[in-house]
Amino acid sequence: MTRRLTNNAGRWFGVYTIIYLLFIYIPVLLLPLFSFNDGLYVAFPMQGFTLRWWEEMVQQTGMHRALANSFQVALPVSFISTALGICSAKALTSQRLFGAKFMVGLFTLPLVIPFIILGIALLIAFNAIDVKLSLLTVGIGHVLICTPFALFVLMSRLESFDKSIEEAGRDLGETAWMTFWRVTFPIALPGVIASLLLTFTISFDEFLLAFFLTGNDSTLPIYIWSQLRFPIKLPGVLALGSAILVVTAILVFIAERLRRQSPKEAEAR
Amino acid sequence: MKTKDSTMTERGFISIDGLSKHFGAVRAVDNVDLEIAQGEFFGLLGPSGCGKTTLLRMLGGFEVATAGEIHIDDEPMAAVPPNHRPVNMVFQNYAIFPHLNVFQNIAFGLRREKLGKPELEKRVDEALAMIRLEGYGARAAHELSGGQRQRVALARALIKKPKVLLLDEPLGALDKKLREQMQLELRELQKSLGITFVFVTHDQEEALTMSDRIAVMSDGHVLEQGSPAELYSHPNTRFVAEFLGAMNLFEAVVKGREADDYVVDAERLGQVRIAAPDGKFAPGERVSVGLRPENIKISLKDDSKSAASLAGTVSTAAYLGDRTHLYVRTAASEEPIIVGVQNLDGASGPGTEASSDVFLSWSPGTVLLLKH
Repeated sequence: MTRRLTNNAGRWFGVYTIIYLLFIYIPVLLLPLFSFNDGLYVAFPMQGFTLRWWEEMVQQTGMHRALANSFQVALPVSFISTALGICSAKALTSQRLFGAKFMVGLFTLPLVIPFIILGIALLIAFNAIDVKLSLLTVGIGHVLICTPFALFVLMSRLESFDKSIEEAGRDLGETAWMTFWRVTFPIALPGVIASLLLTFTISFDEFLLAFFLTGNDSTLPIYIWSQLRFPIKLPGVLALGSAILVVTAILVFIAERLRRQSPKEAEAR
Repeated sequence: MKTKDSTMTERGFISIDGLSKHFGAVRAVDNVDLEIAQGEFFGLLGPSGCGKTTLLRMLGGFEVATAGEIHIDDEPMAAVPPNHRPVNMVFQNYAIFPHLNVFQNIAFGLRREKLGKPELEKRVDEALAMIRLEGYGARAAHELSGGQRQRVALARALIKKPKVLLLDEPLGALDKKLREQMQLELRELQKSLGITFVFVTHDQEEALTMSDRIAVMSDGHVLEQGSPAELYSHPNTRFVAEFLGAMNLFEAVVKGREADDYVVDAERLGQVRIAAPDGKFAPGERVSVGLRPENIKISLKDDSKSAASLAGTVSTAAYLGDRTHLYVRTAASEEPIIVGVQNLDGASGPGTEASSDVFLSWSPGTVLLLKH
C-alpha cells in the first residue's frame, strides 16, 4: 500500500520535473532554434535553414566593440569585487568582530535596493562630483552590486573550515600575511573561482546600471537592447544570444568541474 | 600547598606569574602561577571550562593575557607573536593542512629556513622516521587515519625544534586502545628528545600515565600541582581527590589538634585523628575526610582491633576486570562506601557478593583530610 503510494508520488514527481524543465528551457531554446530560421519573424512555421544571421552577427563591428567593452568591464569587476569580498569575508568570519552580523547586513543592502533606484542614485552622485560617464562608471556600479555576491560565496567557504588550521600556520612560523597565502587562500580557492565566475557573469549580464551609467561606449546588453529597435536586426540578436548562451553554459560547466576537482588537484600537487 | 615549596626561588624554564585571562566577565584563567622545569612532561588537568586550554593557548601566543607574565627560557613572551615563540603546538583536531600532503605538511614550517632540496628531504624523512610513517610523504591529508594525523601534527611541530611543545588534548580524538599506545609512545618520544612538553587533558588516567607533574585546574585556578603519585595519594582538596579517581568522602568538622594530628568530627564515622602539618586547617572549619576504595579492607568477621572499622552490607558489586568495586551500605553515610577488591584468578574472594554482611577497616594513615 505504502509502496504503491510512493510509486505514484514518484511518477507525479517525474511529471512535475519534466514540466518544470520544459518551462525553464523551451523559451531559452527558441533562441538558437530561430537563429537558424530563414525569415525575419520569430513565428512558426519556420522558413528553412540559414547561417545568414550568424554571419551577420560575426561581421557586425558594433557588436564586437560592445563585446570588448563588456569584457573590459566584467573582468576587472570580477577581480575587484572578489578581492573586496575575500577581505571582508576573512574579517567577518575569523575575528570575534564587534557587530559582525550588522555589518553583513550593511554590506548586502545594495542587493535589496532595486537596481533602477541604485542606477539613478549613482547617476546623481557621479554628476554631483563631476565624473564623466564611461565604462569606468559602469564598472564602479557593477563592483557595488557584485561585491555582496562575492562576500556570500566566500563567507560560506571560509566559515566552513577549522580556524585552528590558520593558527597552525602562525604556530609554524609564518606571518599573518604568509599564512593567508599559504593556508587560507589555497583552501578558499574553489570559493574564489566560484566568486570570479559569478561576479563576471553578473557584470556581463547587467543591464539597468549599465543603462544609466554608460557613456558613449555601450556594453553588450545595452547594444542588444539598442538593436531590438530594428526588426531586421532581431534574428542577428538571436544568434548573438545563442552564442552567449553556449559560452555561459561552457563557463558554468568548467567552474563546476574545477570546484569538484579541487581536492584531488591539491592532492596531486 | 606542599609542592609549591618556598625553596623554589629559581625561575622555572617556563615561568608563569599571576597570569589571568578574562573574557568579559568570565575569568577563564585567574591569577595562575606555575613553574615548569626544562625537560618536564607537564600535564594541565581539569574538567572542560576550567581554563586549561586558554592557559595553553596563552603559552602558544594565541590569546593575549589580561594580566600577568609568561617567561620561556628567561625571555618574556608578552610581546612575542605565535610565529616567533620558541614553542610549537599540536592542536586538538591536529589542524592538518587539507590542501597539502604529508610531506608538505611536515615541511610547512621549514620554508623560512631556506634549505636546499636534499637537506629539506632529509629533515622531513627523519621526522617521518621518528613518527614511524616512512614512505607516507605523498599521502594526501584526507587519506590519513586519526592516529596518523596525530603523528603528522607531532612531526610538523617537532621539526621546528621547539623549546616547548604544547599539546591540546592530544589523544582526545583517538579510540581507547590507540590512546593507550600513544600515551606510551609520546612519553618515550618526549624522554628521548628531552623537550619540555605541556599538555592539556580532561582525562585523569591520561594525566597520571604521561605526566612528570600535573597541575589540576578548576574555575581558572590551579588547585594543586605535584607528581601523579603525590596528587593521587595525598591530595589536599576535595576537588582534586575526587577528580583523580574514585573516592569515598565524609563530611567533617575540624575540632582541634592533638600532637601531630588534627582531630575531626566526621559525623557518623565518629572522631577521626589524621596526621597533617599544623596551620593547614582552623578549628571549626568544614572539611572532608577521604578514603580511596583500594585502601579499605573487607572481611567477614570483625577481626580488626582498631576503632576504624564499620559494619555494612554489600548492595552492589561492579565487576571491572582486574578489580571489583563493592558498594557497601553502612551506618556511616547516606551514600554507599566504595570498596576496591583486587580480582585474583578472576574472582573477588569471599564476602563480595551482593547482600553479604561485611566489616570494613582501614589503616589510619590512608585517611585523607581534604579542604573544601
